[in-house]
Amino acid sequence: MAKKPTKSPGSKSDAELNRAFLRSMLLQRRFEERSAEAYALGKIGGFCHLYIGQEAISTGALSVLRPDDYVVTAYRDHGQALARGMTPRAVMAELFGRRDGCSGGKGGSMHLFDAKLNFLGGHGIVGSHIPLATGVAFAIKYRGGDQVCLCFFGEAAVNIGAFHEALNMAGLWKVPAVFIIENNRYGMGTAVSRAMANEDVNARAATYNIPAESVDAQDVFAVRDAVTRAVDLARAEKTPTLLEMRTYRFMGHSMSDAVSGTYRTKAELEQEMRRDPIILLHNHMTEAGEIDDAAYAKLDEEIKAEVQDAWDFADASPEPELEELYAHVVVD
Amino acid sequence: MSIVTYRDALNQALREEIQRDDRVFLMGEEVGEYNGAYKVSRGLLDQFGPMRVVDTPIAELGFAGIGVGAAMVGLRPIIEFMTWNFALLALDQVVNSAAKMLYMSNGQFPMPMVFRGPNGAALQLSAQHSQAWESWLAHIPGLKVVTPATPYDAKGLLKSAIRDENPVVFLEGEMLYNTKGDVPEGEEILIPLGKAERKREGEHCSIIAHGKTVLIAIQVADALAKEGISIDVIDLRTVRPMDVEAIAESVKKTNRAVVVEEGWELCGVGAQVVDYIQRECFDFLDAPVLRVHQADVPMPYAKNLERAAKPDAQKLTAAVRKVLYLE
Ligand SMILES: Cc1ncc(C[n+]2csc(CCOP(=O)(O)OP(=O)(O)O)c2C)c(N)n1
Repeated sequence: MAKKPTKSPGSKSDAELNRAFLRSMLLQRRFEERSAEAYALGKIGGFCHLYIGQEAISTGALSVLRPDDYVVTAYRDHGQALARGMTPRAVMAELFGRRDGCSGGKGGSMHLFDAKLNFLGGHGIVGSHIPLATGVAFAIKYRGGDQVCLCFFGEAAVNIGAFHEALNMAGLWKVPAVFIIENNRYGMGTAVSRAMANEDVNARAATYNIPAESVDAQDVFAVRDAVTRAVDLARAEKTPTLLEMRTYRFMGHSMSDAVSGTYRTKAELEQEMRRDPIILLHNHMTEAGEIDDAAYAKLDEEIKAEVQDAWDFADASPEPELEELYAHVVVD
Repeated sequence: MSIVTYRDALNQALREEIQRDDRVFLMGEEVGEYNGAYKVSRGLLDQFGPMRVVDTPIAELGFAGIGVGAAMVGLRPIIEFMTWNFALLALDQVVNSAAKMLYMSNGQFPMPMVFRGPNGAALQLSAQHSQAWESWLAHIPGLKVVTPATPYDAKGLLKSAIRDENPVVFLEGEMLYNTKGDVPEGEEILIPLGKAERKREGEHCSIIAHGKTVLIAIQVADALAKEGISIDVIDLRTVRPMDVEAIAESVKKTNRAVVVEEGWELCGVGAQVVDYIQRECFDFLDAPVLRVHQADVPMPYAKNLERAAKPDAQKLTAAVRKVLYLE
């Protein structure tokens, strides 16, 4: 760890950037801790997949993007949504199924969308959104733009045919997409070693003739560096990249799955939790003299208040009107 | 009496059939070490080992096709889809390979296999995870489509499906797994595919249902019985082939019918039932046949909208009252 963060030209100082990272990760963490509580109270229903432990990926990766770039992600999407700049209010109201949610209460946890932020969802079928990212990148190239499309998915999604088809065409046509594998080592209860003939997910990139990198994704700087390289390549040369982010999920697969189920040991979990991305960054900032305990506590309080505000807002937001049931099935 | 859950009834059927016939194996995501995403396959890996209970990667198209290949050379695969929503990825194999193999090979390659898993809306799972697929699948010649409503039916129909020489699509109600019913122990339960069952006897109106809506129909019939209205509840059990005689017999007796299903209206199973009724029972009808189904929209997440979208006892009761001209 303790690597220097990559600075984009004219951006904030290291200390400012670090603080922004810490704030972003801590917001995601506190937001989801409260989501778990709301789920237990029945305020959130259905499937709810928490991102706790993986926050350095959303934070580091999305810090590289410009507002006119695009993001597509899977159902484990709270972290990316917040890191992209969706308000905790809009996200929490969506989880509560309320009118002020970012999808009007119709999508729920797995389907967060925000067109203004070029945040293209929130997709529930494993791997189904990977071709979408190639399509977005195709459209960028088609229109002669220099944006990029970042696509997030779990490592188990690389076993789906859509991954292969989408990456092959991205490599063939050279479109500006960055494919980010969040390798948390388990697809539900199945460890990578039980699902892949070759556990080296990046080995697949060679097939598509695209560059690949593996990243220690508990280190937000490493994430930012790797994504910066990939985004630069995509912008300048329309070359896609495959990035394997090595991470770990601290919670169960979803709210209905135990934290350390039969498929992984408590010892492994505890071991991995020592590499909590927030603690790593916090330690780094403490050593660099960028933050002290009082400042950290103050930041945390601020964030907790912000999340409380989101909760109150969501709770007060009305249910969608019944007419909404028939709205947006097709464009009239 | 031996009261078991729908889930355990299915588990018994799998266990007995894997035990009985060494060509039978179960394959799918999380079916083994995890004991099944919905715990239907609990304990089977321990009992039969990893060649008979096979965990797969998330690769629906691939493992469905692997099942077809294995069936072509003499095995009897049971392919579990974690839910039918994910089976859409595999429909090419179900429809273009399994359903047509016998026909295009002029009878040389039968497909004795079962595709099974949870189907239908659950609770607040939103548009991509809450869908009922029977009308899609029933459309395909070459497939049989089974929709058990009770634990007893789940066991008896699954055992028959596994022994059938054809590809059988077996749609378990995602919300039915915890429901309970009598499944006598030590009895060989085999329910013929293609036969409906009368779940309640009545004379004022027929309700034709399948899968989860059978429970709603029974609930409505029980409630209306208190008002002196008696309902004939016909559970199709198998959507393809459909038991036309059972439908006709009931409607000729009651002269009125309501068809209820979880799926969407257009081209739904109910549309087919109404078609049969108008052909077979036209002269017997005292009222237009009504249908109750999901609102014609993708399933919304918000609780109130979801409630409004789903068929339920209230909507079914209203339809029955309407065909009885009570409203
Ligand atoms: C095609 C498909 N099959 C199965 C599922 C059920 N399912 C949801 S998430 C999941 C595990 C996915 O793991 P991974 O892609 O590694 O992402 P992670 O959950 O670890 O973030 C499964 C099997 C699904 N949503 N889509």
